[in-house]
Amino acid sequence: MKGFGQYMIFLGTLVVRRESFKTYYKLIIEESVQIGVKSVALVALVATFIGAVTTVQTAYNMVSPLIPKYIIAQVVREMVVLELAPTIMAIIFAGKVGSSMAGGLGTMRITEQIDALEVMGINSASYLVLPKIVASLIMYPLLVIVAGFCAILGGYLVGSIAGIISPTDFIYGLRFYFDSYAITFALIKALAFAFLISSISSFKGYYTQGGALEVGISTTAAVTSSIMAVLIADYLLAQLLYVR
Amino acid sequence: MIKIKNISKSFTGKIVLEGISGEFDKGKTNLIIGSSGTGKSVLLKCIVGLITPDEGNVFYDLRNFTEADKEIKAEIRREIGMLFQGGALFDSKNVEKNVMFPLDILTTMPYEQKIERVNFCLQRVGLENVNKKMPSEISGGMKKRVGIARAIVNNPNYLFCDEPNSGLDPQTSILIDDLIGEITHEFNITTVVVTHDMNSVMGIGEKIMFLYKGHKLWEGSSQEIMHSGVKELDDFVFSNKVMQNLKERL
Repeated sequence: MKGFGQYMIFLGTLVVRRESFKTYYKLIIEESVQIGVKSVALVALVATFIGAVTTVQTAYNMVSPLIPKYIIAQVVREMVVLELAPTIMAIIFAGKVGSSMAGGLGTMRITEQIDALEVMGINSASYLVLPKIVASLIMYPLLVIVAGFCAILGGYLVGSIAGIISPTDFIYGLRFYFDSYAITFALIKALAFAFLISSISSFKGYYTQGGALEVGISTTAAVTSSIMAVLIADYLLAQLLYVR
Repeated sequence: MIKIKNISKSFTGKIVLEGISGEFDKGKTNLIIGSSGTGKSVLLKCIVGLITPDEGNVFYDLRNFTEADKEIKAEIRREIGMLFQGGALFDSKNVEKNVMFPLDILTTMPYEQKIERVNFCLQRVGLENVNKKMPSEISGGMKKRVGIARAIVNNPNYLFCDEPNSGLDPQTSILIDDLIGEITHEFNITTVVVTHDMNSVMGIGEKIMFLYKGHKLWEGSSQEIMHSGVKELDDFVFSNKVMQNLKERL
């Protein structure tokens, strides 16, 4: 509970005594490139394979001749949009971006760079962390969209090339009983996960004390705590947002 | 002038500083000396507000810094320049951007004026043609000099240096010391240096405060330090052979 209280106070410090909008604008652009653009390749690669494997596994488990083939694509669509794109990508995002945030801030802390900012009269938490959170909120939903597209493309290509499902059936299955609310749901989840990962990782890194060993410990804690928070939030959001 | 009054600080029950009072004069190089673990750096961090003391107050030209609200503290901090032990340069920025950083954040100067000021400060600390180098590409001594340039770029009224000579060879140490002394007099600022280097004490120490186990045991000038009559200070000052020989000659 002490840690949670400290986390809430930390979030509060992000919005007081802020710097100018121009300062944040530049930082948010820099962070967006770091967080988003540099993650596109990894996200696309992982998502494509996840989509491909989902198609193969679904087809393998659908043994009844009574189930039409296009159901494979429908299952892939639902799994990708609702879980694989926002949630599995969140775990990858926590591993890649969360660890980088915690490690970077932890190193800044132990090398007195954060103290240097404070001595200059700058709210170091706000200056360093707020742009990371805002950039994550902008870039992570975009990454989820890229992941969703790549996963479905992966499924389509594997399904077609391996002769599991014809391209026509796959497209038909994708459109079959499609509820656009699933996209809204996925994007709400993406925003929640982006906030949790960026804020928790920054919190863990910002309060690092000690030396290089502690930076490693903070980085590990950032990733594990972020993933736990994502999974809990995933369940809570499923409960909250599926009541329609 | 900076005045500290009855500063005490403890961490998890261990007393690190107890009842430290004193004054640091304007236009002078004020030194806080003592062996490792005596609380010098903690005192410095209490003075600049990186650590909140359990008791006591810090006054910057009669402005009570310890009890000031966040806005006033931020205002006072904008008059402070600090050189950290490891330089504390921002890894992601090159030398020029590191030195320009306080101007970017704290002023509305046009770029041309900022670059002029940055180049002046870098020249003042004896660095030229390093503007585009990253901190990882320069030596420890150069990092300290860039740190000094960054500390003075916004014309501070107060300059703090935490172990400016640590990790440097004797020749570079003297260069850094001389630079700190010169800047103090040139810009008429209040400089506080934390050190345990006797070369610094004898070289630039105009007003010296000696800490021992969290207490202030002595205060005086570099001339007076040889004849303080305080055993703990004598043990500290004459701990190396060069100083012992000097004492014998005196």
